[in-house]
Amino acid sequence: MPGRSTRRSGRAWVPYAYLAPALLVYGVFLLFPIGRAAQFSLFEWDGLGASTFVGLDNYVTVFQDGRLLEAFGHAFVLIFFFSVLPLAIGLLVAGVLNRAQVKGLGFFRTVLFLPQVIAMVVVAVAWRQIYAPDGVLNGTLRALGLGHLARPWLGDYAFTLPAVGLVGTWVATGLVIVLMLAGMTKIPREHYEAARLDGAGAFREFLAVTLPAVRGEITVALTLTIIAALKTFDLVYVTTRGGPGTSTTVPSYEIYRRAFETGDVGLATAVGVVLTAVVLVITAVVNRIGDRS
Amino acid sequence: MNRRNRTLLSGIGAGTLVVALAACAPGTGGGSASDTDSGEISTDISGVEDMTLTVWDQEVRGGQNEQMEQLNAAFEEKYPNITIERNSQSFEDLGTTLRLALTDNDAPDVVQANNGRNSMGAFVEAGQLRPLDDYAAEYGWTDRYSDNVLQYSTYGEEGAVFGEGELYGLPQVGEVVGVFYSKSKLADLGLEVPETWSDFTSALEAASADGPALQLGNIDQWPAGHVFGPIQGQHVDPADITALGLGNAGASWTSAENEDAAAELQEWVDAGYFNDGVNGTDYDAAWQAFGSGDGTFLMGGSWLAADLEDAMGDDVGFFAPSRDDGTIATTGGTGLPFTITSAAENSDVAAAYIDFITSDDAMDVLAETGNLPVNRTAELAPSDGVLADVYTVFGEVTESGELLPYLDYATPTFGDTLGQALQDLIDGRVDPAAFTEQLETDYAGFTSGDE
Repeated sequence: MPGRSTRRSGRAWVPYAYLAPALLVYGVFLLFPIGRAAQFSLFEWDGLGASTFVGLDNYVTVFQDGRLLEAFGHAFVLIFFFSVLPLAIGLLVAGVLNRAQVKGLGFFRTVLFLPQVIAMVVVAVAWRQIYAPDGVLNGTLRALGLGHLARPWLGDYAFTLPAVGLVGTWVATGLVIVLMLAGMTKIPREHYEAARLDGAGAFREFLAVTLPAVRGEITVALTLTIIAALKTFDLVYVTTRGGPGTSTTVPSYEIYRRAFETGDVGLATAVGVVLTAVVLVITAVVNRIGDRS
Repeated sequence: MNRRNRTLLSGIGAGTLVVALAACAPGTGGGSASDTDSGEISTDISGVEDMTLTVWDQEVRGGQNEQMEQLNAAFEEKYPNITIERNSQSFEDLGTTLRLALTDNDAPDVVQANNGRNSMGAFVEAGQLRPLDDYAAEYGWTDRYSDNVLQYSTYGEEGAVFGEGELYGLPQVGEVVGVFYSKSKLADLGLEVPETWSDFTSALEAASADGPALQLGNIDQWPAGHVFGPIQGQHVDPADITALGLGNAGASWTSAENEDAAAELQEWVDAGYFNDGVNGTDYDAAWQAFGSGDGTFLMGGSWLAADLEDAMGDDVGFFAPSRDDGTIATTGGTGLPFTITSAAENSDVAAAYIDFITSDDAMDVLAETGNLPVNRTAELAPSDGVLADVYTVFGEVTESGELLPYLDYATPTFGDTLGQALQDLIDGRVDPAAFTEQLETDYAGFTSGDE
């Protein structure tokens, strides 16, 4: 088929012509700003006056500044609440829903997915009310006779980060359930029948049949939720502004604070670049593990 | 295809990077100097050719917006050749966008810039605001304003010194932090309105007998500063507080007096004067709780007066306890000063505008629209209501007392440092000595870098 291959190579530019408009937009609005940010991160600049080239000093600061390291630490804690916990809950709930053949599944799916649809700022405002010292949560605890557990959830050094994290769990769980359900409905019934004939119980069935079948969905869910955890900004900005003390600071909040409030644009962009790199590495690892089937 | 696609993509990526790196270093573009300023200034702008004056302000709420609209309309009527293009945003929005706006080629002419070092100070340092001393002399602004007030818009040595040097802006309204109280609750306790600090602390103790007397919502970290400020005013020399608050060298946080002030705040917490869970309570929730009858006192700024009057009617009053020498020293300041950018198209027009909206007549408008005018305060005071108290306190503080600066003016990061340290102190995680050390680190680091 020599003719065909010639024709093909002759028009090799055509696909790029189709891609060009999108690439242009991508380049102007994404690649260029990233490049520019990487450049800013090599300067000491207050966002107003002249700048000084400082090489990699800002990056050295990122890894030495206790406050920034603490913020990254908090982001890793949030991964547990945004990704690990929702995945555990999601697998369990989806497994039950899939097995029990619940009526009105579509309804449950919609309700569970709802937190994903609401803007994070709205979610954060609502949870700030719930967590208030005389809010719904403490009110319920007191009504149940558990008043000794009531506390200012967003003002308690030990509990604020988990409290903020659980909001993330609430938001992410719906997404994970919907993803898992989608994956599980693809599994042929015969696989379960075969497992049952071999004498597998519900738990064994889940481990041997369901879990391997939704490996791809798990990878997608982890990727999405880990990114959400690492780039959390609005939730912290609205609920705690990093407090009490510095117990809920996160990298994105530190970027905002340094770039717009304290006039440290160079360091802020350096944190941004490091955060981007961390996100890329973690998601690459997750996908590498997920692909190895 | 796949492979080639990737090559192309990475090629574009690398290309973009090269272009970006080859582009100018940050901060060397933008920012145009004024081209019409010849050094000669004039206070008569009626002959100026038709032009548009761009003003960025943050007067977005009810009475604030109303006074701005009235004054702008009056200005345009007086000078038909000038059209005002107003851009109004909330305080937070203005604070974050101003940096970008000022470096733009098409910067606004007049902007409201927050006094502190991370806003006005940074703009002065970058040469983006025009010093106003020449206009101040022509228009007599130093007679119009008390020095107590003007120091908060004054920077010297290109932003290195705050509080003396050249004047950069004029505020319209005043702010003062004091104590709101419920008249009926105080009467139930059989107490008079406290006059001195010891009257106030004993009233706090008495009022806390059956529940917390003081409402405070400190989830946002800064509100506790408005409790600490007045306490500090009782313990520490005003000159030291001013140096600490303005971030000028020569004072120290780690003094016995500052520790005493921190210790007093912590004692209040331990004694149960505050509502439970201060660090987890919303600022708005706290004053609303006070408005609906929780607690006897609320320490806060004059800006809460109108809302509290709506909620409590005649029951709410306002005072600031005096020091031993009978004068009042409390945190306060001014609304955001109006400044002229160095990119302003015609600084004569901009100065005339600022003069107009801060004139004695403008103060009438401000008072009528429920604001606290920064000048002629005592004379314009309403006859009754909590606003009458607020006007009286502000008048006394600016004329015979000490208007102490907001402590977060001190360094670009001091707002966060102070907010976190206060949350730590209230939570009991740090003792007063450690608290003052946290603050000293930020203050001393900044002032030593200054020299």
